[in-house]
Amino acid sequence: MLVLALDTSTPAITAGVVQLDDTRLEVLAEQVTLNARAHGELLTPHLLEAVNAADITLAQLDAIVVGVGPGPFTGLRAGMATAAALGHALGIPVHPVCGLDAIAIQAEHGAPLLVATDARRREVYWAAYDAEARRVDGPHVDKPAELKPEAKTAAGEGAELYADVLGLEVIGPRFPSPAGLVAAARDSFGKEPEPLTPLYLRRPDAVEPTARKRVTA
Amino acid sequence: MPKIIMGIESSCDETGVGLVRLHDDGAVELLADEVASSVDQHARFGGVVPEIASRAHMEAMVPTADRAFEKAGLKLSDVDAIAVTAGPGLSGALLVGVSAAKAYAAALGVPLYGVNHLAGHIAVDTLQHGPLPTPCLGLLVSGGHTQLLRIDDIASSITELGSTVDDAAGEAYDKVARVLGLPYPGGPPIDKAAKEGDPKAIAFPRGMTGPRDAKFDFSFSGLKTAVARWIEAAERRGDDIPVNDVAASFQEAVADVLTAKAVKAAKELGIDTMVISGGVAANSRLSGLAAERCEAAGITLRVPRPRLCTDNGAMIAALGAHVVAAGRPPSSLDLSANPALPVSVVSF
Ligand SMILES: [Zn+2]
Repeated sequence: MLVLALDTSTPAITAGVVQLDDTRLEVLAEQVTLNARAHGELLTPHLLEAVNAADITLAQLDAIVVGVGPGPFTGLRAGMATAAALGHALGIPVHPVCGLDAIAIQAEHGAPLLVATDARRREVYWAAYDAEARRVDGPHVDKPAELKPEAKTAAGEGAELYADVLGLEVIGPRFPSPAGLVAAARDSFGKEPEPLTPLYLRRPDAVEPTARKRVTA
Repeated sequence: MPKIIMGIESSCDETGVGLVRLHDDGAVELLADEVASSVDQHARFGGVVPEIASRAHMEAMVPTADRAFEKAGLKLSDVDAIAVTAGPGLSGALLVGVSAAKAYAAALGVPLYGVNHLAGHIAVDTLQHGPLPTPCLGLLVSGGHTQLLRIDDIASSITELGSTVDDAAGEAYDKVARVLGLPYPGGPPIDKAAKEGDPKAIAFPRGMTGPRDAKFDFSFSGLKTAVARWIEAAERRGDDIPVNDVAASFQEAVADVLTAKAVKAAKELGIDTMVISGGVAANSRLSGLAAERCEAAGITLRVPRPRLCTDNGAMIAALGAHVVAAGRPPSSLDLSANPALPVSVVSF
C-alpha cells in the first residue's frame, strides 16, 4: 500500500511517500525542511513534491499517517488540518501517530530509551520506551531537570538540546521521519482510524476575568 | 457552465464552510452555509481566546465541510474552485482554514483563492439581494471590525475610507455588557435591554465627531469608559443602575455615530447604495436608524439577513465566486495567511 506521511509537530516540515507491504517499508520520496515558522506555508507544496518525486498521484494513496504531537500548538495544527482535509477529499483513512513513537521506532537502541522533543519555554515533551520501542510512560511535558529517566540513551531534538541536564547518550533521529511515522502506525492500518486528537499536553493560556475592573482611579 | 465554489472561513471563533453556484450570467446562488461556533467556550473569558478558537477550528473543520456537502446534495468532486479567508484575523485560527483549503484544492485538483474576510462581509449581500451596484458604500460592524469602505469592484477594488482607531463597535458592546452584568457576547442582550430603556436618558459622548477629527474614522473606547464611569458614579451615590436606560443610551451613541458618518460619506462621494454587514448589523437600532437616515438622504440601504451578517463560509464562497467570475488569478499553494491583510487586497 501507498502511504503519505506528514508531520509538523517539530521545527521540521515533513512529508513523505512510503510503500508498505507485509515485510518491507520503503520510502519512495520525502521532502523535509527545517523552518519553525513556515509549516502552514510549505506543507502542501512539500507533500505535492514528494508525491511527484515518488511518481504517483494523490489518488493512488491508500492511507495518510499524521503526527498528532505532542508539539507546539500552531505548527502542529497545520499538519493535522492538512491531513484531515486530504483524507476527507481523497476518501482515505487518516491514522494519527504520536511523534515521539515515530522517533523511538527509528532510534537504534535495543535498550530502554527516552525520547524528548523541544516544547519551548525550557520544557520538553517526552516519553519513555522499553527495548522494543513500546511506550511505557508518557507523553508528558516537563522541565528537563525534573526527568528521572531509567534509560541510558535518549533520542529527539529535546534530548540533544538538554543533553547536559539529562546526562544521557544522545542518538538519532532528531525529528519524526516519514519512515518512522509509518512504522509507528503499522498496526493501525486496516482498522478504523483513531480520532485525530492533537496531543497538546498544555492548556491554552487564558485567564478568566475576576471582579470588574475599575476604569477610574 | 455554472461553477461550484467552496468557501472556508476560520478567522475568528466561527468555523464556516459555504457552497455557492456561480451561474454563467454572474449570479451567485447559495447552496449551503454551515457554521460551527466556539463562542460558548469563550464566554467565561469575556472575549475570544485565540488558542481556544484555533483548537475548535481544528476539530470542526472536516465535520462542518461534511455537513455543507450533505446540505447542498453535492460531492466534494463537484467543486470547481476553493476560496479561503487568508486574512485579516487571528493567525492561529486562519492557519487551520488555510491549511485545510490548500489540502482540499490539492486533492481535488482545483484552483485555490485566498480572499479577504472583510470583502467577504460585503460580497455576501449578493447572495440575498443580487449584484451590487458600483460604486457602493460598505459599513462593516462586528466584534472585530468597524470600517467604512468604498467598493468599486467587489472582486478587485475596495478602498478603506475610515476605521476605528481603538475598539471595534462589537468590542464596546461586549465591554459595556460586562459592566452592566449582561452576558457575552454583548450585542443581543444590550439590544434587548435597550428596547425597554430611554435612548435619551444619558448623553454619552459621540467619539471622533469633533471638527478636527478624521471624518470617517471611529472611536469607541471613550464611550465605553464614559459608560463605566457613569455606572461607578451612580454606584458611589448608592443609586440603582438603570440597566435599560444605560443600554439604550449607549446603543444610541453607537448607532448615531456609525450611521451619521456612513451617510455623510455616501453623500460626499455621491454614492447611492449602502451595505451594512458584520455581526452588529443585526442590531435593531443600528439598522433602524440607518434605514431612516438612508431614506431621508435618498440612499438605497442593503442589509443581509442576520445569518449572513455574522462570520460564515458562504460569504467567502460568494466572494470567491466573484473573484472567479472576474478572472482573477488563483493563489499559489504556498499561500500563507496574513493576519493584518488590508481590505484593499481582495484576493492574493
Ligand atoms: Zn467578520
